[in-house]
Amino acid sequence: MAVYSTRFIDPVNLMPLVLKRRSVIPGFGLAFGFTVLYLSLLVLIPLAAAFLKASALSWHEFWQLVLSPRAMASYRLSFGGSLVGAIANLFFGVLAAWVLVRYDFPGKGILDSLVDLPFALPTAVAGISLATLYSPNGWLGRLLATLGVHIAYTRMGVIVALTFIGLPFVVRTVQPVLQDLDREFEEAAASLGANRWQTFTRVLLPSIFPAALTGFGLAFARAVGEYGSVIFIAGNMPMRTEITPLLIVIKLQEYDYSGATAIAIFMLMISFAMLLGINLLQTWSGRQGRAESARGEPSRPFESLYVAEGGQ
Amino acid sequence: MATSLTWTGSKSSGPSFAASGALTESASLRWILIGTALVFLSVFLFLPLAVVFSSALERGIGAYLAGIRDPDALSAIRLTLLAAGIAVPLNMVFGVAAAWALGKFDFIGKSILISLIDLPFSVSPVVSGFIYVLMFGLQGLLGPWLIDHGIRIIFAVPGIILATIFVTFPFVARELLPTVQAQGNDEEEAAVSLGASGWQTFWHVTLPNARWALIYGVILCNARAMGEFGAVSVVSGHIRGLTNTMPLHIEVVYDDYQFVAAFAVASLLALLGLVTLAVKSLIEWQARRAAQIAQAGGGEP
Repeated sequence: MAVYSTRFIDPVNLMPLVLKRRSVIPGFGLAFGFTVLYLSLLVLIPLAAAFLKASALSWHEFWQLVLSPRAMASYRLSFGGSLVGAIANLFFGVLAAWVLVRYDFPGKGILDSLVDLPFALPTAVAGISLATLYSPNGWLGRLLATLGVHIAYTRMGVIVALTFIGLPFVVRTVQPVLQDLDREFEEAAASLGANRWQTFTRVLLPSIFPAALTGFGLAFARAVGEYGSVIFIAGNMPMRTEITPLLIVIKLQEYDYSGATAIAIFMLMISFAMLLGINLLQTWSGRQGRAESARGEPSRPFESLYVAEGGQ
Repeated sequence: MATSLTWTGSKSSGPSFAASGALTESASLRWILIGTALVFLSVFLFLPLAVVFSSALERGIGAYLAGIRDPDALSAIRLTLLAAGIAVPLNMVFGVAAAWALGKFDFIGKSILISLIDLPFSVSPVVSGFIYVLMFGLQGLLGPWLIDHGIRIIFAVPGIILATIFVTFPFVARELLPTVQAQGNDEEEAAVSLGASGWQTFWHVTLPNARWALIYGVILCNARAMGEFGAVSVVSGHIRGLTNTMPLHIEVVYDDYQFVAAFAVASLLALLGLVTLAVKSLIEWQARRAAQIAQAGGGEP
């Protein structure tokens, strides 16, 4: 790879039209070479191999497997449940971010740290814990059973688990925007006669909307592929409470490799599409954010994680 | 005269305007909002965490310890430590190399490379494990060759390590890159022009500046490596005492209705998660304090 080339100098501007800008700092070759090698061996080649394997199926076979009734039922549950969970997180996430930024109350610091729990708690632990909590003799399950509501081993259970694992995203994308928001905008709105509700819907909401939408997209993408926290609470009945990742595992256990491959490739294509969509959303919301806070924003070195962790 | 009257009028309305609630919510609305957020966060965060520890200790400390001291549990703990012990250092070296190449240099295709590094985050854990099955499994691309040479990767420890590396791949690079980029190249260029070698520049200039981001990336990578379930589940084959990691052991024991034993091992992973959160809060507090000191120092000549 000709990354070192510095020969193409544009004679008019003396702007080097180079593949890599010249730098006095050494070590580019080693670092770049290792990065690309490691990435290729562990990520790109296995991913390419999966597509190569799938190409053994004919176009017709592939879609027949992808669109089989049992697979379709699993998409409805995985995508529908993820959508409901992400909508719940959109609403409660904005509320939680607002409360954590604007109000003071005892225990706020601990609560703020705990918001990241769904990232830090292994999914299998979350899974058995949620299943126990909402089972008919669990703390919440017993309570809800008296009201006639059953969550464990129903579709509601899937939604609860998918809400849990998506919880940090909206809170953590909206929180920094609210923190940086200049109070002057609200003061201006109020001085022009807006009441608090008008200020909220016309001034605050438009400012946090791009960030909230990004958080929503990240929560949704993460939920679609989620496995560990769902399978314990879901009941896993084919056609009813079976999520798509579980269907892939079941097909594998039944040695139905072509079925598993087709659905896995389909899910991969959807994840790549969502990744692209979220990237576009972030570029857009980043531009919005910059337009609003033209003053240099304080450095937030840890924010990137929430941005990066989109849809595991 | 008229102007001065309006002026005093607007002046006196100043304080009452702020107090009239145009800039804050009424106390009752404030408490409703706080209450709703508290209920939501408690139900989804505090309760699941409390269930883990209360279920683990339900039958007393003896049953709890028995669940952890079980030979299968101990071998699962050993395998988890082994997989994380290999995956985390490898991904750390990769993260540092990627942050150096991407953070200190400009080249064509840089943003594509960053997106490719992010890829594993967007893939479902089950699919992550499955692509290694398609590569190294019996029906996989390299399957026949591996059988001829007597090498087992799928349903064996190497597969578990590979799957763990894949799902934790971007953590260190992703945490390190923004910090390395934000630091700029001035200090490194100064060091090099003063005669420092590349390694010296890295060890004495870049690394100390980025140490908190590196530590944070590593603990996150480690937490995910030890807790990964879906990807590892696909490649492991669930052989008790041989290829079960802690999360897989939890599943097996839980499905066997041994709830105390399942939650006992789960409580160890939950503790790891809590320690991760505590370290994260500590590092963030450190970063905030450093920023405040820098700001206060910046005001002086």
